[in-house]
Amino acid sequence: MSDHSHDHDHSHLTNTELRVRALESILVEKGYVDPEALNLLVDTYEKKVGPKNGARVVAKAWSDSEFLDWLRRDASAAIGSLGYTGRQGEDMIVKENTPAIHNMVVCTLCSCYPWPVLGLPPVWYKSAPYRSRAVNDPRGVLSEFGVTLPEDTEIRVWDSTAELRYLVIPMRLEGTDGMNEDDLAALVTRDSMIGTGLALDPGEARKQGLLA
Amino acid sequence: MNASDGVSSALAALPTLPRDDEGPVFAEPWQAQAFAIVLRLHEKGAFTWPEWAETLSREITRAQQAGDPDTGETYYLHWLAALEQIVAEKGLTSIPDLHARRDAWERAALATPHGELIVLGN
Repeated sequence: MSDHSHDHDHSHLTNTELRVRALESILVEKGYVDPEALNLLVDTYEKKVGPKNGARVVAKAWSDSEFLDWLRRDASAAIGSLGYTGRQGEDMIVKENTPAIHNMVVCTLCSCYPWPVLGLPPVWYKSAPYRSRAVNDPRGVLSEFGVTLPEDTEIRVWDSTAELRYLVIPMRLEGTDGMNEDDLAALVTRDSMIGTGLALDPGEARKQGLLA
Repeated sequence: MNASDGVSSALAALPTLPRDDEGPVFAEPWQAQAFAIVLRLHEKGAFTWPEWAETLSREITRAQQAGDPDTGETYYLHWLAALEQIVAEKGLTSIPDLHARRDAWERAALATPHGELIVLGN
C-alpha cells in the first residue's frame, strides 16, 4: 500500500500486511486454519490474476521493435503505457533471454514481485528452498521445472528488491512468425517471465487449449 | 478454478466482490491471503456464510458512512476489518491479542535485514 517504505537496511511490512500476518499466525497456531490449505487457495487464484498483463508486454516486445527499444531504455514507462503501473513507485527492468544468456529472477521477500505484470507470486517463489537454491544452483532449479539449457548458456540470477522488479522476456520460438500479439501472448507463461520456464511453442499451447 | 460450487455461489452472494468472469481478482498478495483465511474458516465451520456476509456488509456500510468512496480499491481493507471482527466475536482470538501479535510482527520485520525471511521471535 502507499505507506510502503523503501528502507534498505531492514524489512518493512505495511500496517495492513502486519494485520494479515497477525491473523494468520494466530489462527494457524490455534489450529483454526492450516497453512497448506491457505496456500492451496491462494494458488488457485494467483494464476489468473496478473500474468496476462506481463504476457501482453512480452508479445508486444516480440512484435514491435520500437516498443522493445522503449522497454530497454525505460521499462517502467513502456509498461505503464499499457496501463500496468505499480502502486509503490517501484522501477521495472526487463531482461531479455538469448541463446547465450538465460535470466532468472529471485526475490527473498514475497513483496518484491512485479504484481502489476505478473499477479500474485506463486507459493514456490516465496519458499526458502527456491530463494536459496536459485542463487546457488540455478541449473538444478531449472531442471526441476523441466528446463534444460545448453551447457554454454550463461545463467544470470537477478535478485529483486523493494525498488527494482525484473521482468524476463523469454526467447521467441521459431514457428511463430506472422502470429499476432494476442496469439503470441498465449505462448507466454508466468514462469517464462520469471525465468523458470520457456515460452510455449504453438503446438504445445494448442494442446493446452491456450491457442485456437 | 477448482473452488467448489458451494464456494462459487457463496461468493456470488457478495455482490461487490472485485471479480472477473473466472472469479475474484486481487491487487496485492495480502488480499488473497485475507480472502483465503475467510474461505478456510468458513469451510471449517467457524462461521456461516450469512454471518460473514452480514459482518462484511456492516463494515462496508460503516466505512461508507465514514466517507469511504467505495470505489473497489478499499474493498479488501473492509474485508480485513470484518475478518478481525468476526474472529473476535466468535472467540477464536481477541482484538488485544491481534494487536499484540501485529506489534510482534512489526518488531520482527524491523529486526530482519532486507531480503531475509521475517520470522517471529526476535
